[in-house]
Amino acid sequence: MHSTNQVIKFVLIMTTLVALTLAGLFTFLKPVHEANEALYNKKAILSAVATKLDTPLSEMSGEQIEDLFKTSIDQKVVNQRGEEMSEADVVAAGYKGGKAEHVKIRKEKKKSDADRLLPFYTYTNAKGEKSYIVSIVGNGLWDEIWGNIALEADGSTIAGVAFDHQGETPGLGAEIKDNTSWKNQFSGKELYAANGDFKSIAVVKGGSKGGPHEVDGISGATITADGVAEMMDRGMSYYQPYFQKIKK
Amino acid sequence: MAEAAVAKKQGMTFGKNEKKLLVDPLSTNNPITVQVLGICSALAVTTGMKNSLVMAIAVVFVTMFSSLITSALRNAIPKQVRMIVQLVIIATLVTIVELTLKAVSYDSYKQLSVFIGLIITNCIVMGRLEAFAMGNDPYRSALDGIGNGLGYGVILMAIAFVRELFGKGEFFGLKIIGASPEYWVDTAAEGSWMGWYQPNNLMILFPAAMFVIAVMIWIHRAWKPQLVDVS
Repeated sequence: MHSTNQVIKFVLIMTTLVALTLAGLFTFLKPVHEANEALYNKKAILSAVATKLDTPLSEMSGEQIEDLFKTSIDQKVVNQRGEEMSEADVVAAGYKGGKAEHVKIRKEKKKSDADRLLPFYTYTNAKGEKSYIVSIVGNGLWDEIWGNIALEADGSTIAGVAFDHQGETPGLGAEIKDNTSWKNQFSGKELYAANGDFKSIAVVKGGSKGGPHEVDGISGATITADGVAEMMDRGMSYYQPYFQKIKK
Repeated sequence: MAEAAVAKKQGMTFGKNEKKLLVDPLSTNNPITVQVLGICSALAVTTGMKNSLVMAIAVVFVTMFSSLITSALRNAIPKQVRMIVQLVIIATLVTIVELTLKAVSYDSYKQLSVFIGLIITNCIVMGRLEAFAMGNDPYRSALDGIGNGLGYGVILMAIAFVRELFGKGEFFGLKIIGASPEYWVDTAAEGSWMGWYQPNNLMILFPAAMFVIAVMIWIHRAWKPQLVDVS
C-alpha cells in the first residue's frame, strides 16, 4: 500500500508528463492540421463544380488542388444587403486571413441573419466560362448539415452540389454526401420561376415529377432531406441581393 | 489460470507461452466473439474496410503501448488510484493517435470522427490492463496487447468485408458490383447475368453489424465446441 503522499506525488508527476507530451505534440502538429483543414475546405468548394473539372478531384494530389483553387477560383465575402465586404471587415469578424475560404460557415450560422458573412466564389474554367459557388448551412436530423452549391453564369441554373454533415446516419441521412446519383439530380434545376421570382428546390417524398424546382427524396431520410430543402431555400435567399446586383 | 503461469517465467524468450499470448486472442480467446468486448465500435466503424483497417491499427497501437507502459509502471502505480492511472495512460495514447491521424490522413480522421476518441472506452484495452498487464512483465504484456488488438482487428475486418460487399458492392472502396458502368460487374448493363442483384441497404445500417457478429459467434462456436458456455 502506498502512502497518501506517494499517491499525490505519483499523480502530480504523471499529470505533468502527460500534459507536456500532449501539448508538445499538439503544437508540433498544429500547422499540419491547419493545412489539412484548409485543403479539405478547398476540396469541398471545388467538388460543387466537379462536373466541370478536367480531372476528377479524387485523382488530384493536394498540391494540384491548391493550384487549381488558386488559378481558377476568385473569392469574395458578401453580406445580405448584397454588399462586398473588405478584408479588414472579415478579419474584424474573427477570421484571420480575411478571405472567403477562411470563413467558417458553421460559425456564421450562430449569428443573426443581418450579421452573417457569406462566402462567394467564382469559378472560371479554361474556356473562360464562369460559374458561381456559394456556401449554405442548415440542420439535418442529428446535427448540422452544410454544403456548397454551384450555379451557372445565369445565377439560376444549378451546376452541381456538394453536401457534408456532422452526424447523419450512414446509409440514410449520410446519403446526401455519399450518394452521387442523388446529388446529380440537382444539376440543371432552377432557382427562379418562369415569372422571375426566387423559388428554391423542394425535396419531394415519393418521387419528383421532374419539374425544375424539385428532386427525389431519400428513403428513410425524410428529415435530413427536408433539412436540405430548408437549407437551400434559406441559404440561397441570403445571396439573392448580391445576385441581383451582379446581374445588372 | 494460464495467465498466472506465464507470469512466473521471465526473460525475453519467445516460446510456446509467448506464442499463445499472440495467437489465443485471434481465435479461442477472441475479445469480440468470445469475451464479447468492444462491440460498440465494431458496430459503428465497420461500414467500410478502409475505416475498419485504420481503426484496427489504432486499437493495436493503443492496446500494445498501454499494456507496455502499465506493465513497466505496475510496481510504482499506487493501488488506490490504479484505474485512474490506467485510464490516463489509455487516454493519452488515444489522443496521440487522434492527433497523428488528423495530420496524416485527414479524410479517415473526418470519417471516423468520434470513434477514434471512443477507443478510450473500449473495454478490451482496460480489460487487458487489469487482467494481464498489472501482473506480468512489460515484454509479455506488450505481446498480449498486440494479440488482443489483432483479435479485435481481424473480426472488425471480417464484419466490414461482409457489410461493405453486400451493402455497397465495394471492397476497400473498389467498386465490385452495382448498377452503373463504374462497377466491375455492372448489374444495369443490358443482358447482365447479375441483373437480378440489388445491394442490401440494411447492411450499411448498425443492426446489420449485430446480425453479422451474431452469425460469426455462432460459426466460431460450432467450429470450437469447447467455447460453448454450458452453465
